[in-house]
Formats: sequence, C-alpha cells, structure tokens
Amino acid sequence: MTGLWAVLLTTFLASAVEAIEMVTIVVGVGATRGWRSTLIGAASGFGVLAVVVIVLGAALSRVPIGPLRLVVGALLLTFGLQWFRKGIMRVAARGLAGIGGQDPHEAAEWTGPGMDWTAWFLAFKGVVLEGLEVAFIVVTFGAGANHFLGAVVGGVGAVVVVGGLGLILHRSVRRIPRSLLQLIVGILLSTFGSFWAIEGLGIEWPGGDAAIPGLLVLYVVTAATYITLERNRALGLRPAA
Amino acid sequence: MRPPLSWIVGIARFLYDFIVGDDWTMAAAVAVGLILSAVLNVNHLAAWWLIPVIVVVMLGISLKRASRKAR
Repeated sequence: MTGLWAVLLTTFLASAVEAIEMVTIVVGVGATRGWRSTLIGAASGFGVLAVVVIVLGAALSRVPIGPLRLVVGALLLTFGLQWFRKGIMRVAARGLAGIGGQDPHEAAEWTGPGMDWTAWFLAFKGVVLEGLEVAFIVVTFGAGANHFLGAVVGGVGAVVVVGGLGLILHRSVRRIPRSLLQLIVGILLSTFGSFWAIEGLGIEWPGGDAAIPGLLVLYVVTAATYITLERNRALGLRPAA
Repeated sequence: MRPPLSWIVGIARFLYDFIVGDDWTMAAAVAVGLILSAVLNVNHLAAWWLIPVIVVVMLGISLKRASRKAR
C-alpha cells in the first residue's frame, strides 16, 4: 500500500509540473486570443493524445521525445518572440491602460467568422507535448514501481487539479490589459520555447527544470529594461505594432 | 484562385505569419542559434546560454529597428 501511495504521489507531483506548463499556455492564449479556438485546440490536443496513448500504450516510452521537444520548442520560441516584442512596444507606448477592464486602445479578442488557427495551434501544441510528457511519466513510474493504477491516477489527477485551478484563475487573467497580457504570454512562450528547444538538442540546463524560473526572471528583467529604453527613446511616438 | 491552390496558399501564408511574423530576422536568429548550440554541444562545449543571449540581443535590435521605422 505504501508503494502504491508513493507512486501516486510521485507521479502526481511530477505530472503537476508538466500540467502547469500546459495550463499556463492554454489560459494565456485563451485570455489573449479568445477561448473558443483555444479550447477547440486544447480538446483536439487531448484527442490526439488519447489516440497516441491507446495505440502505443506501454510502448510510449520508446517514442523519441527529444526531436519533438526541439520542434515544438523552436516553434514556441519564434512565435513567443513576436508577442514578446509587440508586448514590449505596446506596454512602452500605453503603460497599463485598461487594467481591471478593457484597454480602450486594444481591439477585442478574435471575433472572425472561422477558427483562429493561431490560438488553436498554440493550445494544441501545448497540450500534445505536455500531455505526452505526463503520459511518459505515468508509463515510466508505473512500469518502474509495477503500480500502473497508482501512476495513472496520479497523472490524470494532476492534470485535472491543475486544469481546475486554471479554470478558477482564468477570470482574474481576463482583468489584465491585453497589451500586458500579450507581453506576459510572450515571455512565458519564449521561456518554455527556449527551455524545450535546448533540451530537445540533448543539451542539459544547469539545475534541470529549475532553469525555467531562471529564464523567466532573465526575460522579465529584459522586458522591463527594454520598456524603459523604449519609453525614453520613442517619447511621444506610437510604435509600429 | 480555386480551392486546392487557395488552400495551399492560405496554409503557406498562415505558417509564414505564424512562425516568422513581422520580423524575419528574429526567426532566422533562433534557427542559427539552435544550429550553433548543436555544434557547441557536439564539441562538448557549454551551449545552454546561447539561445537566451540571442533572445535578449535580437529583441533589442528588432525594437530599435521598429522605433527607427516609426520615426
């Protein structure tokens, strides 16, 4: 019984780390681009994930995660940098206008007739990659300790608990001005993108996963510095966003 | 444009806007940075620092270029 609880708790905690990354991307993209396409993208990701898990089962641990991390990381980084840059320019030009409500300078979220494929794609990628990592953790821990049930409950429980927290917090996220939100999501995507792309190349980060907060601090300091420089440089000028 | 061709053009345009965006030099710098990181790693040299440095430097260059254009 002790072994079962140990596997359940370990799998829960390890999966929660991955689930936080997944939910951060989905909530950030949803709040910035709109929820409909983001949730469809996340649901599509879970659908693909379910098929992969059912088809591969225990053979999942043999799927090469490195190349997947490299591709997803590089895409997230290049996309995240666009929002990082635009977020800096917009926050430098408008400050925190609209905090707690709608920024009068910002257009509303995506209201186009069809799907917002950018939101769909970002949510889909986040769910597939992080979901696969949760599945790897479940398979590895479950096989290692010979307690598959405990590992599955731990992994699924982590995704449900962290997803529930994201659901509770998404209303607070909506109160953040869109310019600032774009900057925050740009920083987060660049952080995870940098981390995964380098990991995907087989390069180890100093401190392992602890490098993520380090990258986050570096990019936040970079944003604050460039916002100050932009304000001084382009005083009275609107940036070309 | 008829459907098959317009879909291909649409998908290509979406992928370009999505991946490259407003400033192609940042996407190019990320690609070069990843190649250089791989080369450093193959030669057993520390490579984790290169991408964060490229992010910080390229953002500065891109922002400077954008504000020069705005003037």
